[in-house]
Amino acid sequence: MSTIGTPTPVATVAEGIPTAREQRRSARTRRIRGARPGFWTYGILGAVFLSAIFPLYWSFVIGSGDSTTLRGAFPWIPGGNFFANAASVITNPAVNFWPALWNSIYSSFLIAAAVVITSTLAGWAFAKLRFHGGPGLLVFVVATMAVPQQLGVVPLYILFSELGWTGQIGAIIIPALTSAFGVFWMTQYLRQAVPDELIEAARVDGASMIRTFWTVGMTAARPAAAMLFLFTFVGAWNNFFWPFIVLDRQNPTLPVALSLLQSNYFVDYSVVLAGVILATIPLLLLFIFAGKQLVSGIMAGAVKG
Amino acid sequence: MTTTQQRPTTRAPRPDDATRPPRVISFSQKLSKWDLRFSPYLYISPFFIMFAIVGLFPIAYTAVISFMDWDLIRGEGEFIGFDQYIWILSQPHFWTALRNTFSIFLLSSVPQLVLAIFIAAVLDRNIRAKTFWRMAVLVPYVVAPIAVGLIFNAMFADQSGFINGILQSIGIGAIPWHVEPFWSHVAIATMVNYRWMGYNTLILLAAMQAVNRDFYEAATVDGAGPVRQFFSITLPSLKPTLIFVIITATIGGLQIFDEPRVFDQAGRGGSAQQWLTITLYLYDVGWGQWNFGRAAAMAWILFIIILLIGLLNLLITRTLVRDEGLRRELSKRQQKQQAQRALKEAQS
Repeated sequence: MSTIGTPTPVATVAEGIPTAREQRRSARTRRIRGARPGFWTYGILGAVFLSAIFPLYWSFVIGSGDSTTLRGAFPWIPGGNFFANAASVITNPAVNFWPALWNSIYSSFLIAAAVVITSTLAGWAFAKLRFHGGPGLLVFVVATMAVPQQLGVVPLYILFSELGWTGQIGAIIIPALTSAFGVFWMTQYLRQAVPDELIEAARVDGASMIRTFWTVGMTAARPAAAMLFLFTFVGAWNNFFWPFIVLDRQNPTLPVALSLLQSNYFVDYSVVLAGVILATIPLLLLFIFAGKQLVSGIMAGAVKG
Repeated sequence: MTTTQQRPTTRAPRPDDATRPPRVISFSQKLSKWDLRFSPYLYISPFFIMFAIVGLFPIAYTAVISFMDWDLIRGEGEFIGFDQYIWILSQPHFWTALRNTFSIFLLSSVPQLVLAIFIAAVLDRNIRAKTFWRMAVLVPYVVAPIAVGLIFNAMFADQSGFINGILQSIGIGAIPWHVEPFWSHVAIATMVNYRWMGYNTLILLAAMQAVNRDFYEAATVDGAGPVRQFFSITLPSLKPTLIFVIITATIGGLQIFDEPRVFDQAGRGGSAQQWLTITLYLYDVGWGQWNFGRAAAMAWILFIIILLIGLLNLLITRTLVRDEGLRRELSKRQQKQQAQRALKEAQS
């Protein structure tokens, strides 16, 4: 056996046997954080997981039964009526399911895109450019995050009814195009993600401000922008109070349509819950693809915020 | 206009600076200077223009409307001073709504945060499949509050609901979730807890992971058990994050609308206002009775309450949770004093 063909012996050693340093480290970790946690840790986590999933599963079970399904009993097994119930939600003229779904999709998308653009621009200026009044304005923006939504709805309603926009989906898109949280988020991120030297170098090389923003800022902002997009999308999709006020029954978003499900027309919980599942599926799909990003976004925001 | 501050150049003065001929500023240089000066304002302007129209203007205008008897048809109001505020404060419904809002807020935020800290501590251990568990606790966050409300409303149904079914089968008996004020608050708080617990767990987990592991090692060497370590190291380190989470929960909790709105079919807070909240009442006054002056006044009252409770929370959390490392972290004033003292010593 020749050793000539073996490229880096260090790598092969490191794969199997831990180095002395690693051994010390893992022993330390074990002592501090305990050994691999035992049964009860996973038991607790399992219970938390089940309590997160169970209400959704339960509503699917009821939503797939018929109106006679005993809700007090333990209906563990889904019935065969889900598609029938879902169909009665979709075809019900009072609910307007397809327009509601489409409204939710495109309004959430537009809102999230606009928030990302306005927040990245403002965040870049607050984080990396010096200008008179900058710090004060940023404090002001952050302070407005404590203002409840209710404080703006009366004049907004008056404004949009003067414009004749009540009932129009634009009335929920326009007020949501900017976000104080978004500006704060991007400012925090860009402040630590982009070293000042990089901007100076770009300026010395003769790049205009907008070019510096575009090449340096936008590139660095991409991960934070993706997260902001996700959060804004979820928030816009789930928003209820303002859409409920300003939209009418003919042109709802999904949460508004869902609330109409439980009006006097329906007392049949299997239909109501089938509608709930139907309306929740899009965001659950989004979560399956982007849940990891949402998790890391929440955790990143917490440390920096 | 005031002069715009320029980024100070770091170049040291050269000996031949004085003898150099004055530089001719070319057009492109001038352009670049203007670029430097005005670009920041250009970048923040899209945000601030929109923000002024749909954010700031409505806040100010709400204050104006709250002092008016607003006429919907004419689209204008008559100034009547504090009458709307007095009207609201003299309504028994308002005080019921205030009590309900606080009750639901406390029932949701307190257990939620305690559980979130506990689950975060479990997730902070050296577990397998970290990402999976983190994602698992976050599932409810993407479910719309209205959907959560409808699901739990069905689960908490008085007659045939799942929860009463369990309670009866273990011999406790059915609870009148939609009749008794307290139990309706518990049911609504459960919805809030369900949706937000995972979110807060992850925020607290992030803060826990930022704690220096050496502290735990030192504590272990000193013989402190896990419980002692949790209260003496983990909890004090979480303080800034706890303040953040509590303030956010306050702002959100006092505005609660979605869940109580769908707790029954009428959506008006129950037959005897058992679960009428301030925002539900605001909606009813504004868009049920079409009285915008009163709704605006109610919005301002709600805002003031949120501000007061937020401040109170800040004070309580500050005093209750002990400060970490006082010796290490000096305030800015103390640092200044220390620096001055050192300077004096150096001079003398």
